[in-house]
Amino acid sequence: MIFPVIVAQGESSMADNGLLESVLRLVEKVDGGTDSQDVAADLGVDHQVIVGAVKSLQALGEVISAEQKSSRHWELTGEGREIAEQGSHEARVFNAIPDEGLPQNQLMKMPSGKVGFSKAMSNKWIRLDKAHEGGPRVFKTVTIEDTVRDKLQLVQKGQSAKLEDKEKNELKKRKLLSEVTVKSYWITKGSSFSTTITKQETELTPEMIASGSWKEKKFKPYNFEAMGVAPDCGHLHPLMKVRTQFRQIFLEMGFTEMPTNNFIESSFWNFDSLFQPQQHPARDQHDTFFISDPALAHEFPQDYLERVKKVHSEGGYGSQGYKYDWKIEEAQKNLLRTHTTAVSARMLYKLAQQKFTPVKYFSIDRVFRNETLDATHLAEFHQIEGVVADYGLTLGNLMGILHQFFTKLGITKLRFKPAYNPYTEPSMEVFSYHEGLKKWVEVGNSGVFRPEMLLPMGLPEGVSVIAWGLSLERPTMIKYGINNIRELVGHKVNLQMVYDSPICRLDS
Amino acid sequence: MPTVSVKRDLLFEALGQKYTDEEFDELCFEFGLELDEITSEKEILIREQGGEKAEGASDVVLYKIDVPANRYDLLCLEGLVRGLQVFKEKLEAPRYKRVSPADGGEPQRLVITEETASVRPHAVAAVLRNITFTQERYESFIELQEKLHQNICRKRTLVAIGTHDLDTISGPFTYTAKPPGEIRFKPLSQSREYTAAELMSLYKTDSHLRHYLHIIENEPLYPIIYDSNGIVLSMPPIINGDHSKISLNTKNIFIECTATDLTKAKITLDMVVTMFSVYCDEPFTVEEAEVVYPDGRLSVYPELAYRTETLSGDFINKRVGINESAESIAQLLTRMCLRSEVSGEGDLIQVEIPPTRADVIHACDIMEDAAIAYGFNNIVRSTPRTYTVANQCSEEDIADKLRKNITETRAVHISNPKTADFQVARTSLLPGLLKTIAANRKMPLPLKLFEISDVVLKDETKDVGARNNRRLCAVYYNKSPGFEVIHGLLDRVMQLLDVKPGRNQGYHIQAAEDSTFFPGRCAEIFSCGKSIGHLGVLHPDVISRFELTMPCSAIDIDIEPFL
Repeated sequence: MIFPVIVAQGESSMADNGLLESVLRLVEKVDGGTDSQDVAADLGVDHQVIVGAVKSLQALGEVISAEQKSSRHWELTGEGREIAEQGSHEARVFNAIPDEGLPQNQLMKMPSGKVGFSKAMSNKWIRLDKAHEGGPRVFKTVTIEDTVRDKLQLVQKGQSAKLEDKEKNELKKRKLLSEVTVKSYWITKGSSFSTTITKQETELTPEMIASGSWKEKKFKPYNFEAMGVAPDCGHLHPLMKVRTQFRQIFLEMGFTEMPTNNFIESSFWNFDSLFQPQQHPARDQHDTFFISDPALAHEFPQDYLERVKKVHSEGGYGSQGYKYDWKIEEAQKNLLRTHTTAVSARMLYKLAQQKFTPVKYFSIDRVFRNETLDATHLAEFHQIEGVVADYGLTLGNLMGILHQFFTKLGITKLRFKPAYNPYTEPSMEVFSYHEGLKKWVEVGNSGVFRPEMLLPMGLPEGVSVIAWGLSLERPTMIKYGINNIRELVGHKVNLQMVYDSPICRLDS
Repeated sequence: MPTVSVKRDLLFEALGQKYTDEEFDELCFEFGLELDEITSEKEILIREQGGEKAEGASDVVLYKIDVPANRYDLLCLEGLVRGLQVFKEKLEAPRYKRVSPADGGEPQRLVITEETASVRPHAVAAVLRNITFTQERYESFIELQEKLHQNICRKRTLVAIGTHDLDTISGPFTYTAKPPGEIRFKPLSQSREYTAAELMSLYKTDSHLRHYLHIIENEPLYPIIYDSNGIVLSMPPIINGDHSKISLNTKNIFIECTATDLTKAKITLDMVVTMFSVYCDEPFTVEEAEVVYPDGRLSVYPELAYRTETLSGDFINKRVGINESAESIAQLLTRMCLRSEVSGEGDLIQVEIPPTRADVIHACDIMEDAAIAYGFNNIVRSTPRTYTVANQCSEEDIADKLRKNITETRAVHISNPKTADFQVARTSLLPGLLKTIAANRKMPLPLKLFEISDVVLKDETKDVGARNNRRLCAVYYNKSPGFEVIHGLLDRVMQLLDVKPGRNQGYHIQAAEDSTFFPGRCAEIFSCGKSIGHLGVLHPDVISRFELTMPCSAIDIDIEPFL
């Protein structure tokens, strides 16, 4: 609630217990309550002082109950008050004229001269003798009654009801009266009404506990409607919270985290090792950030590189190959990795150099694309990737593990669409049924790595590698209802959103 | 992913069946296509150019269908219908046949001269005889060439297709390369002759052709194909001649594909002829053409090669995770245009890969087709038995990294950024945090931000010449600099990392100068005697450059020693 006048706290609550008690005594006398304006009139103080007193009393608990109401009433203006005290201008002019009359120029010099003269003339209280010897002179004609003053005095006494509306409006036109809205209180006794003021304590203190004085004290009630004080704490970015959840899911499923701390990658590991041909559009300047310094990678496992070259240009391992002129210069080009699958390729190559044991790997880290930026595309985003390598893995296994993974995210309705990806065959887009949108939406991509990728690495013939990936930003945006990716990622992040975002529970 | 736009009613007529949008969407999903959009020419015009321009445009319903990037055989209505009809077992996949000219005539011949070697060395050719076009077939024929150009032909860099009314020209044809000044002909849709040099400037402003000019623009010789009378067929990969242009009434078509990649040229030619030979008097037959290389070698095209792969039913079952007989697998594959038969030896299946399925290069591609025909969503989902123990990531070579001097590193530069924001890979986390504060100046003070993330540094010892470095950066932004706050953060971080204050085994800070910080308000941080970073009050110049107004203190340390 906002009050028209702010009463200083010290004045109302502390200094004037006497006033508060006077108010309480008045309230005690009336049954059914009283208006704060009447209280003000009774105690002969300004209404706003009583408003302050009411607020102070309210703060003491259930001593009184006060209901705010508003009423309209007539009030004297500054000029109106002057007239109520000293009489109307015309009356003042009339009274200033002696029986023998007064020269007009002298009369005009009086404070009320001009207004009073014309009003008194129109009332025919006075007459002007223009031809009088020694200049125009003014004479009284009758005896008068100053009705304007009388009416104003009635209003001043709070008896404006005795005047007719026409009269009030007339006075309003003369700017002597104004109609104002007054917010006042209807005060009634509260449940713990008393006419004496007991000082309320704000908080329990160690002294009160020690002395036992708390038993006699009254405590100021708490406002349970107000918010608490915000704790002084840090806030994790929503992306990091969601990332933690995904990491947890992979760990629960027995997946080992891959070291992904290499944003700079060679085209060889990012593309060639994945059997992605050198003319593939993803290798275009339009899609990939290439590095000018250091421009080229200078070290490759040489015999592996030869096998990769052969499978691209001539085929082998049961494959026809792409039959084009494979160039080492293309493979050497450094770039900002476009997917974490480059890391998976390095890990699988490393795995192939040892006696084979089944592995489950995962990673969640940044990847980079030379995209045109908009509300849903950034030049960098986080990719979540899972990889399983073992003998005899089937497409059914891939679907089974995806089912488990997405169930942990709270997504149980899945279906799979055949798709194309240069390094997986079969490739499947993963769709989940979105209950809100009432349609199937794509939630990830998956597939079985091609033999042309795995066999040159040196993995045993019967080993299959199944993998899937999704972005971290998309589920985070859906989870936290963010529409513009730039509000989530990058320096334009909205810190208020970071402060306010709840903990991440993916399965709810 | 390429998108093919087809008229719905025409599609359903060709499929011999009407579908609801939902039913057709379902069929696409199952087959690996995506019904991306249902629209009309009118709707597209309204969206792109506003309502007025769309006045009078056709409102025939169009289906926009996304096709996998390696399925060039589905890039036109003819191919889509054939693929779906075979999939639904309403049609047997046709056999494409290369034939010699009727009446024992000589095949058309394209002679390649050695001048082409430097610019576009390959060419293949074929003839479609007695074709019957309608308006729709004609449009589809042009559209397929465009789709092939955008996809397998990589915007004409790898392959460019030229199609000609054979009855307006006479072979043998010569594919050569000449200086642009010496080439002169009337190109398609122009009313007069131009030299090649003039054409290049003419097309600079052509919204379609300007994208291809760069392919030959700076070459001393431009590729050009003439007939035996010196008439220009085309100047690949830019434009055809007007003389030999095809029309609705064209009966016999000479097709040439010039290329920098011969494999792709053969596939492209196979696609054009397999898709449109359906409209020849003798459907699915293509008349051969001879190509003579500068060294005298002679090849006959189109290849239209069928290849047979033999694999076992067991292989398919084990890879997909199903249990089907060899016969039923053969039937599944046949539905994918891979005509298959059980060979009679055990569960071996002989699979014939037609020229339309250039995407099938390995047994795994056949396995995928079996899975698609079986229905991905009919496969029983099972959990792999793979037993593994999970590990979180640990840095193995920390000691190694510690020995390197961070100050020697330089930034990694990006060669093709689209905006100035992406010129280098970041070497520090501090600018990002300061920009974040600048974007959040309305937030109540103090602002306390941190980031733990990777930066990229050049490193000669790595195979790619660069490595990531994991750093911690924090800033305190308030009315007073709050050095003690940042210092307290360092103490707390070290306490959590179990590193005690101290000169030798522990950590300590000592006064240092660094241009980022205010003189006398910067300290270097040492842990176990090695410098790991700085903390201090930022230099006022730094604060103003980020359009900030309050004092700010910051800490920036390498945390790899503690991982």
